[in-house]
Amino acid sequence: MLETLIHGISTGSLYALIALGYTMVYGVLQFINFAHGDLVMVGAWLSLIIATSLGFSADSGIGGVLAAVFVMLISMVLCGGMGVLVERLAYRPLRQAPRLNILTTAIGVSLLIQNTGQLPFVFGTETGTMTALINDSLPMFHLGDVPIYTLDVIILTLAIGLMFALDRLVYRSKVGLAMRGVSHDVDTTALMGVNVDRVISLTFFIGTSLAAAGGTLYILKYRQVQQPADLSWIMLGLKAFVAAVVGGIGNIRGAMLGGMLIGLLEQFTRRYQSPELSDIYVFALLIVVLLAKPTGIMGKPVRTKV
Amino acid sequence: MPEADVQPAKLSAPRLAARSLLPLLACVGLALLFHLVAAPLMKPLHVKLAMDIGINIILAVSLNMINGFTGQFSIGHAGFMAIGAYTAGAFTYYGGLGDVWGDESFTHGILSWSRPLADFTGNLFTAGDILFLAACLVGGLMAALIGLVVGLPSLRLRGDYLAVVTLGFGDIIRLLMELSDGQLKTVADIQSTPYFQRYTHLGGASAMSGLSFMTTTFWVVLFACFTLLAAFRLRMSSHGRAFLAIRENEIAAESMGVPTTRYKVAAFVLAAGFAGFAGGLFAHQSSVLNPGDYGFIKSFDILIMVVLGGQGSISGTVIAATVITLLSEFLVRPPHLWILGLIVILLLAVFRQRKAMRAIIMVAVATIVWEIARALALHFQINLAQYRMILFALALVLIMILRPQGLLGIREVWDYLPGRKRLPTEMKA
Repeated sequence: MLETLIHGISTGSLYALIALGYTMVYGVLQFINFAHGDLVMVGAWLSLIIATSLGFSADSGIGGVLAAVFVMLISMVLCGGMGVLVERLAYRPLRQAPRLNILTTAIGVSLLIQNTGQLPFVFGTETGTMTALINDSLPMFHLGDVPIYTLDVIILTLAIGLMFALDRLVYRSKVGLAMRGVSHDVDTTALMGVNVDRVISLTFFIGTSLAAAGGTLYILKYRQVQQPADLSWIMLGLKAFVAAVVGGIGNIRGAMLGGMLIGLLEQFTRRYQSPELSDIYVFALLIVVLLAKPTGIMGKPVRTKV
Repeated sequence: MPEADVQPAKLSAPRLAARSLLPLLACVGLALLFHLVAAPLMKPLHVKLAMDIGINIILAVSLNMINGFTGQFSIGHAGFMAIGAYTAGAFTYYGGLGDVWGDESFTHGILSWSRPLADFTGNLFTAGDILFLAACLVGGLMAALIGLVVGLPSLRLRGDYLAVVTLGFGDIIRLLMELSDGQLKTVADIQSTPYFQRYTHLGGASAMSGLSFMTTTFWVVLFACFTLLAAFRLRMSSHGRAFLAIRENEIAAESMGVPTTRYKVAAFVLAAGFAGFAGGLFAHQSSVLNPGDYGFIKSFDILIMVVLGGQGSISGTVIAATVITLLSEFLVRPPHLWILGLIVILLLAVFRQRKAMRAIIMVAVATIVWEIARALALHFQINLAQYRMILFALALVLIMILRPQGLLGIREVWDYLPGRKRLPTEMKA
């Protein structure tokens, strides 16, 4: 019970990190960035390549943690740059177009990333294995008789640290004010002297680098790095999206809450129901939330003006 | 009084009957013509390709009813196809035994009474055709029912939620098929299993095989034509007008008294039904049902046909379905295309005269690029099919940026012929 709870929170914090990217992009551009899940995949693969090429090996001490953070940061920067590039090339030309067009483009971008990643000279179609940078065989301490692993503690610490930093950035800084302004009303914000293009680029950078962080922590936890078009990546992205919707899309704190909820739901159904069907429960939750409160738990109802 | 002029002309009963029946008869005639005259002249590979095109036309035109006519955004169409394929496949496979139909001649082994081998141009009718058609119908109805279940909650909301729900739905269908029990392979096994329990034995992850080859070119052409007819007539009907009104402006439609949610669900259910029927045809054409065939890639293929052809254009979708199906095949075995390119350029030059310059240049460039790619691929032994999805995904992004209305927009091919007034016009969104 407690063990499942801890697994749920640890997985949930990953979903929350990824959900933040969905929700931030939705906040400023009002569309679902379907390619976000694939950028998680890119982030994970980049981390694998960085860790392997720098020759980091398993380390039970503080060195492993530092190596993991280092790999994660580089992957975040690279992946964030890629997110900005995607926005610049594929989404910016369509900013004035109907919303369905940009949604269609996002699906195209998603498949483009997946299939380019599958090319033999990019990531290939083999499953990779991440170096166990953080020792996950020895429990850090026992809570009652439940072992708590270092890996889970570190994942949770890093995820919460990133979320806290993001929260400070969005709600307590000038850039964050500009972001919230763009999300509220693009035209008025532009009139106030905010460079909207730059704010949107920055949003994509932050959202995508959080995706890369999520991807890195995901492979640190599960070790197996599936091939780029593997179903597990798509499901990871979809579940994170469900988390964003459940929490209230466009709402940053909602995404964190939604991520935790989805993680707990998934781990508990996996443990006490059937492992194969846990994905279906996640979608059932989506349907229930859409029926009961379409704006999500923390979302505010939006009136459409004619 | 001007009101008299607005009244539609009253038709006499025979003319009315002729007007509704003639197109149906024309479909049958066309299918017969194709099956009896054209198909026997074609190579088996080309017959198979023609059938693939026909099935893809049904799928794409039905998706166009949701994405094109009604302006919603569904990206899990392959899921409905899978439901139809599995339902229909299991229906003929398990229902083809004597204990259901009571006919002793049916019990000489599984489906010995129908075609054990792929012979798409063979006898026009065989003993199992009624069962086969019933199976496709049941498949379509099942898909429509599931469409209702999926559509009702998600269509109350805005378009992008539907995208996510349909995307997830497509994967869940695939997952459920993979989790189903193994296929029952012998007559004794099947007969010892209660009738409805057999339908949980769908082969699991290791495909369901041994379905009889019931789909012939006749059925494919017939039902592709029926689908087109249904789509054209639907668009002209008052229900179709309601669909179009929702696409153009949902709030305006609602305020004019169109029950928007009901019509959105209706379009979704209808399209799901057609996709299920197409799935039934596909199941009895390929004989093997593999859950992996109905993943997101298949949904994406159907989506790009609609987007390329023009969301809302029926003839555009037909052209795009043909082009995409052929292109997928061409990438496996790249042929020369310059003759085809010349023909298209000639047609454009004859019919579009002044306005054709850009289109002609694009076709010429595309043909030259293809010939270069073909030569390079043959020289360096590159398998072009490996790049298929990259190509299609890139195409989708480029269409959206450069020509978001697709080939034909919401118009039809004949609206582009010289001397036609351009109706309907494109809406600026």
